[in-house]
Amino acid sequence: MSGELRIFIADDEAPARARLKELLADIHGELPSTVVGESSSGLEVIDRLPGSAAQVLLLDIQMPGMDGIQLARHLCALANAPAIIFVTAHDRHAVEAFELNALDYLMKPVRAERLAEALKKALAAGPAGRDRVERLERAAGQARDFFSVAERNRIVLVPVGDVLFLKAELKYVTLRTRVGEHLIEEPLVSIEREFADRFVRVHRNCLVARAAIRGFERAGGSGEEEPHWNVVLEGIGERLPVSRRLWPAVKGVLPEGKE
Amino acid sequence: MPSIRQNPFPETLPDFRNFGVTARALIAANLLALAAALLTEPDWSNTLDSFVTKASFFEPPLIASLVVFYAAAPWLLRISYWGGCALMIAVVLAFTAITRAALGEFATAGLVRTLVLAATTSVVVLAYLRLQIKAYSPALAEARLQALQARIRPHFLFNSLNAVLALIRRDPRRAERTLEDLAELFRALMSDGRNLVRLADEISLIERYAAIEQLRLGERLRMSWDLDSAPVDAMLPALVLQPLLENAVYHGVEPGTGIGDVLVRIERRGDRVLVLIENPWREPVTGARAGNHMALDNIRERLMLFFDDEARLNSSVHGARYRVEIEIPYRDRA
Repeated sequence: MSGELRIFIADDEAPARARLKELLADIHGELPSTVVGESSSGLEVIDRLPGSAAQVLLLDIQMPGMDGIQLARHLCALANAPAIIFVTAHDRHAVEAFELNALDYLMKPVRAERLAEALKKALAAGPAGRDRVERLERAAGQARDFFSVAERNRIVLVPVGDVLFLKAELKYVTLRTRVGEHLIEEPLVSIEREFADRFVRVHRNCLVARAAIRGFERAGGSGEEEPHWNVVLEGIGERLPVSRRLWPAVKGVLPEGKE
Repeated sequence: MPSIRQNPFPETLPDFRNFGVTARALIAANLLALAAALLTEPDWSNTLDSFVTKASFFEPPLIASLVVFYAAAPWLLRISYWGGCALMIAVVLAFTAITRAALGEFATAGLVRTLVLAATTSVVVLAYLRLQIKAYSPALAEARLQALQARIRPHFLFNSLNAVLALIRRDPRRAERTLEDLAELFRALMSDGRNLVRLADEISLIERYAAIEQLRLGERLRMSWDLDSAPVDAMLPALVLQPLLENAVYHGVEPGTGIGDVLVRIERRGDRVLVLIENPWREPVTGARAGNHMALDNIRERLMLFFDDEARLNSSVHGARYRVEIEIPYRDRA
């Protein structure tokens, strides 16, 4: 380690990034730092940050593509996640959420002393706990657009709309899309709560995308298998059993004209 | 500077160029005639006959007077209220006398009786219009408040200040210009929203605003202006265009990573002024960037206050473009 603090700057406005760099240069004597990366959109940060070895991310909340709060949540999945300092011009809801969760943030225009103080604090505290960022996201009141999967040193984003079903197995949840599978480390219950209008629970360990359900078919009844219903999905051959207890609720999901 | 409470009622005559005012005057006069017919005639068929007979007497002077008031409206708005009333009643009496002379042999009442009737009707109609203006005038005073509510987003203010700070060391001259632009913008913002302003001033305001946004957003914002045939002497309520352009940038350009094209076109077509502001259409996201409709409703309401039903504001989505169109009557003087 060179002794210089490695900083990544994410802001969609070029003058705002330039200003932060100026300020970092101003406080260099007190707190030596180097800017290891810059991005102007959320998705770009996901791409570039993991390889930058940044220790601190200065993150604007209002960014096109993906806003800062959602971005922070995905970054939590990284093994060497940076400490995050949120930056905002004026976002009362976000500020309330920060205060509530004791997360540090900077208001634009940023002052040099405040920046130095926030950097020191962030360095001491390390990456924000995932639970805190999740609470923050809930407070901001948005559902995610993506699930994030940490794969070694990068983050893979899976659009929520691509997911056909989620199945819990031991401590992981498997996301199944048309083209593949991903493992995420999140309880099924919280996913069910977050996306209540998108996924329906068909089994103790399984959520299915409502939009992907093509129909139901009877199965079992012969041999030792108990008779039950299976969900038939759009696009993949796999059948998912519906539990007897959930069947009354599940069968109502099918839109008219199908079956 | 007068506060909202002081001088809440502008003492001006009704503007007869406004269709709403003319229609109200017509309806009020006709209702009075109908009431007179109902009072004098005992049964329904006679009532109708009587109304039609009366109509042939009072419609010509009524319509002739309204035409004169329409033509003289810009001038009438500049003279004192009571002087204007006296003049208007004089015009009505003159036309009544002429009509009576023309239809002399069918006249059922003497000249003096006819003139008194015409004067009474005029007073009643003027009183009604005055009451109507008065009923709207708190709203007019509130227009100022609303203009403030349609104010520039704090998000814009702080980001702009931040952008200026970033300029000060590298490009002090541009920083100066940007601060001057910001000052102009806020001067307009804090001005009295009850006034009409020249279109030329509104255009220069939105150009300054666009210059600041350009600094912040760089190449992501691509402005096109089509103002060659804009009637720069037209009058319109203050701060109508700026919030619309701000919406276009905030909802159409900022949420995207690519280039956002924003078009502003202002032109005159006959006695109408047409404004078009177009930006890329993006699905509104819940929460953070909601509130577009509040701004539109606010502007629509203020246009109604100044132009009654002569103004239109429409918003629509055409493919990948979001379009706001405004239509107001062309007035070179208020």
